[in-house]
Amino acid sequence: MSSSSTTTPDSAAAPTAAAPPGLRPPGRDFGSTFRDLRTGWNQRELWLHLGWQDIRQRYRRSVLGPIWITISMAVTAIALGILYAGLFGNPLEEQLPYILVGFIVWTFISGCISEGSEVFVANSGLITHLPAPISIHVYRLVWRQSLFFAHNLIVYAVMLVVFPQPLLWTDLSAFPAFGLLVLNGAWVALLIGIVSTRFRDLPPVTQSVVQLLFFLTPIVWIYEDLLENPNVAQRARIVEFNPIFHFVEILRRPMLGMDQHLHNWVIVAAITVVGWTLTLLVMRRYRGRVAYWV
Amino acid sequence: MVSIDVHDASVDFPIFDAKSRSLKHTVLGVVGGNVAANARKVVVIEALRGIDLHLQDGDRLALVGHNGAGKSTLLRLLSGIYEPTRGQALINGRVAPVFDLGVGMDPEISGLENILVRGLFLGMTRKQMEARVDDIAEFTELGNFLNMPLRTYSTGMRVRLALGVVTSIDPEILLLDEGIGAVDAAFLERAKGRLKALVDRAGLLVFASHSDDLLKQLCTSALWMEHGTIRQQGPLDEVLDAYAGREHVPSGAD
Repeated sequence: MSSSSTTTPDSAAAPTAAAPPGLRPPGRDFGSTFRDLRTGWNQRELWLHLGWQDIRQRYRRSVLGPIWITISMAVTAIALGILYAGLFGNPLEEQLPYILVGFIVWTFISGCISEGSEVFVANSGLITHLPAPISIHVYRLVWRQSLFFAHNLIVYAVMLVVFPQPLLWTDLSAFPAFGLLVLNGAWVALLIGIVSTRFRDLPPVTQSVVQLLFFLTPIVWIYEDLLENPNVAQRARIVEFNPIFHFVEILRRPMLGMDQHLHNWVIVAAITVVGWTLTLLVMRRYRGRVAYWV
Repeated sequence: MVSIDVHDASVDFPIFDAKSRSLKHTVLGVVGGNVAANARKVVVIEALRGIDLHLQDGDRLALVGHNGAGKSTLLRLLSGIYEPTRGQALINGRVAPVFDLGVGMDPEISGLENILVRGLFLGMTRKQMEARVDDIAEFTELGNFLNMPLRTYSTGMRVRLALGVVTSIDPEILLLDEGIGAVDAAFLERAKGRLKALVDRAGLLVFASHSDDLLKQLCTSALWMEHGTIRQQGPLDEVLDAYAGREHVPSGAD
């Protein structure tokens, strides 16, 4: 309807700068990918504060506040511990710590995955109004999940008093194990976050998969017990193909003073490398598009 | 060295309708050959086209144009929120974008906490913000309300708080997008003083507004956006007159 002649700039005064040499597709290089991760990290003050705020927010105006995280974990673990100890005929002092620690680790993992699918969509207001690296939203998410984890550790500490575990010095490997979980939580949230910002069908798919994974991962049921049963031992080994299983194992085994298996660590390390490589490739290509998609 | 260099930059928005915004269609599309080309067709809005712009320390640029001419999108391009789909945009300096006074404000936390969070979002450090809290509190005249959750504030009180924070920062590049209303007149006078002081502190200003009055107070040059392109750029009065002149031409020319 309008004359198209107005589409060209007709100002003689436009002070066009000399064209910067080397025109490449803007922002699609590893340099800006790493810059995003680095400057995001440097804005710790912001996301550390926001992560705390998220937690206080959830329990604002409740009398007990964030202690509810601890309480609900304790209730779940005790209830399921008693239930499954009865169902499987296992001693409670074996079943309950297994379920509790498994649940604590699972809560962290599933939190990173399922909240990761909404990490950018949920922050669309911030993303389209403030120029910040996209990584700060992921750092905030992983930090928040770590805080949940810390609250849940209180239950673990109480459990150690009630049901002492045969902990050794080698069980300090729980610390690097948690470090690996954090590292993987970050790439999973980044990757799923970017893809599900583009494809909005992914969040519900992710929720379903996470729910399914809960049942496929030995958390309420004990993997070793199945191996002792010759009828299902063969089928139970399928669990080894579940990547979540290995993440749970590297942290649960030291926390319960169980024997540790090297192959769990090797698989987790491999997933960390492959996952970050994939995520960096996706970030290089699509990081700049997130603001357009949200 | 504060500067903005934009060279032949375009911003295209993909508008995914319900059909194409789904994995199903893309997955089927990859398999489906010819149907794929149609199924994958995404409507694109060209919000900005061929923008060439060079700004440096000391520039005070006014952005004028009709609604939907691309002013806000250009501000987002200059802030680095949108990376250009084609062309380049190089931004040197700490950007403080003030597009929406409410963004980053949390209704459940107190006014004081909001001051801190908003400041952090605008690139300040916690220490810097703690040093400025008293100044902001005095300016907003909110008194004890600062300890109340933000949801108890009236709209005007929220604007006061937001303006108080925004005008207390030290930006290198300041990008302002209108939205300064809903405040009582006496307060606006004081806010203007602070706004002017803020602009003086900033190395570089780009200000989009429909108020000639404000633009004349704060800017020295102007840029007229139309249909996502630069229609005219030059000294403030010249561009404002041209823009106003065009406004007055009967709509037949459009």
